[in-house]
Amino acid sequence: MAAIKTKDLTIKYGAFTAVDHVDLSVEEGEIFGFLGPNGSGKTTIIKALCGLLKPAEGTGLVLGYDCATQAAEIRQRVGYMSQNFSLYQDLTVNENMEFYAGVYGLHGKYFKRRMDEAIALTHLEPYLERRAGRLSGGWKQRLALACAFIHEPRLMFLDEPTAGIDPVARRDLWDLLFQLSGQGVTFFVTTHYMDEAERCGRVGYIYLSKLIAFGTPDQLKGLPEVSPAGTKRIEIITTQTSNAFLLMKSRPYVRSSTIFGQAIHLLMDEQVSLDQVKKDLLDGGFGKTELRPIVPSLEDVFVTLTNALKEEV
Amino acid sequence: MERDDRDRTRTHPLTGMIPVLRKEAIHIRRDPMALFFTVLIPVLQMFMIGFAINTNVRNMPTAVYDGARTQESRRLLNRFINTDDFEITSYVDSETRLNEEIIAGRAKVGIKIPPDYSRRLLAGDTASILILVDGSESSVAGEALNVANAIALRESIERAMSVSAVRQTLPVEVRPKVLFNPDSRSANFLIPGMLAVLIQIMTVMLTALAIVRERERGTLEQLYMTPVRPLGLMIGKIIPYAVVAFGELGLMLVFMRWFFKVPIQGNILLLLLLTIPFIVTMLGLGLLISTRAQSQQEAMQAAFGTMMPSIFLSGYIFPINTMPKFFQIISGLIPTTYLIDIFRAIILRGAGFSSLWKQTLILSVMGIILITVSSIRFRKKTG
Repeated sequence: MAAIKTKDLTIKYGAFTAVDHVDLSVEEGEIFGFLGPNGSGKTTIIKALCGLLKPAEGTGLVLGYDCATQAAEIRQRVGYMSQNFSLYQDLTVNENMEFYAGVYGLHGKYFKRRMDEAIALTHLEPYLERRAGRLSGGWKQRLALACAFIHEPRLMFLDEPTAGIDPVARRDLWDLLFQLSGQGVTFFVTTHYMDEAERCGRVGYIYLSKLIAFGTPDQLKGLPEVSPAGTKRIEIITTQTSNAFLLMKSRPYVRSSTIFGQAIHLLMDEQVSLDQVKKDLLDGGFGKTELRPIVPSLEDVFVTLTNALKEEV
Repeated sequence: MERDDRDRTRTHPLTGMIPVLRKEAIHIRRDPMALFFTVLIPVLQMFMIGFAINTNVRNMPTAVYDGARTQESRRLLNRFINTDDFEITSYVDSETRLNEEIIAGRAKVGIKIPPDYSRRLLAGDTASILILVDGSESSVAGEALNVANAIALRESIERAMSVSAVRQTLPVEVRPKVLFNPDSRSANFLIPGMLAVLIQIMTVMLTALAIVRERERGTLEQLYMTPVRPLGLMIGKIIPYAVVAFGELGLMLVFMRWFFKVPIQGNILLLLLLTIPFIVTMLGLGLLISTRAQSQQEAMQAAFGTMMPSIFLSGYIFPINTMPKFFQIISGLIPTTYLIDIFRAIILRGAGFSSLWKQTLILSVMGIILITVSSIRFRKKTG
């Protein structure tokens, strides 16, 4: 059974369509990465799936419950962690967890067991009596996860869980997610980080309220829209990135170009050889360059898809 | 399995109430400064208002220009002194100086007895005296004029009668007796009203802030995603603040009784009981504000906004029956009006429930309407 399945899901705020006929399916135990620019409808979909917003059209099934009519059943079984770790700063770590445990109606032995499990999982033991407001970002995030996970949900929505967190804490969180995912928990994670998207089982990309890409990272990289017939992708490594970038942009055979640190990614006509490119660079005064063909990164995928859509509009 | 227990639990309208209540109580306890100020500030206000406001006029500083300097003029001045309303602070020797005393603010009242006062009296003519009153303080002016007129009237009548020599006593004498507040003390009149107004500030502000604070920090959004139901959330949040408000009321009653010496004529339990519908109404108002306000600042401003009509149109300071009809209608829509009525009735007049059921009923209806409206709005926001 799919953990989440939507069909033509459409959400409107008055005249504005925030989510436009979205078809999604997330398998149980999967980590699903949901990407898209700010304001494209990511949080709106989460709210709808938790029954906070009524769909104007279409349906959404969450753990088999209809999100339009069975919000209570859904909320009892899913966990939600918002982008700003909604903790009570003046409550201690322990009190925050107890509060959420209470809200989900845990009691007796089960309450105790879950508290212990959540603490063990997140290693919060040494901080139990500390006020949440005095924790560092990474620990706040762990506490938020512990609170969202206290009732042993089978599905968790994480809305930009790693925004504003240092790389080490980010890595730690993902390790935790994989650990839980291994136990069968499904994750619906929104993020802006491409490296995180690459770690997801499947990803969806939403742009201007529409889901424009959906599949495994490899499937998306192989999409014909991303690598149109007669084109190839190459990477140029040079020390003078910006100047070389401007030169390449002006070449007629270059369809699009992006800078990644010391590298330039080009989408270019297939029949033009790497030697030709190398020669153009040499003529432009860029002697020390390295060229190699590459597969598109997820970022390439999303940039290409977004640009294609922009041209349509 | 234990886990399945949870899957079978059904949510009910009050789901989440107990955890929210417990959490809110921790918030209150965690911030002793905030609690201290919420409790202390109304008490301080009570002291400031209780001491500073005195609308009764006593010992008005009075300047005298006695142009006559006769036995009759002294007798008249003595009448003024004997009332306790006037305190002669200076004797001057011209009408100009009399004016100056008032302009300079050294005297509120000036009495001018013309040089021909006694002569005219004895000749059987009308002797006029001039009373100058500083009108910049209306309560002083009104009181001074009333008393001066009364003194002059009495003096005239006694004189008229002594001339005719038929009787030596006045035919009719009014001996006023003020019921319920025998000394006409402002404190007795003001403090019961003040209690109502201070409770309003506290409850409206505390509830509005408690919810808006969660919205500001994003925790409300998180709560919406949990099985907590709107009613459970609201009631769980309201109860701790209602308890604080009641504690505050008790504290202020103690100060009122033992410090300002305002005796409580009626039943204090009845007073506390009849406060409940008012507190419910105010908590509803706070909730209503919280469904609109986006920031704590907005909530605070809105809470203060509700204060103005409650102070000026509730009968707390200005009597309602002297207001224009339009404002009388408005004052009838303000919950505080009814609580002030109840407080004054119980504290000053010792009234029982039989004469207060109407106010209680109105407050209860208002409370039910406000709580319902705000829950509906709140639920709409929750989705």
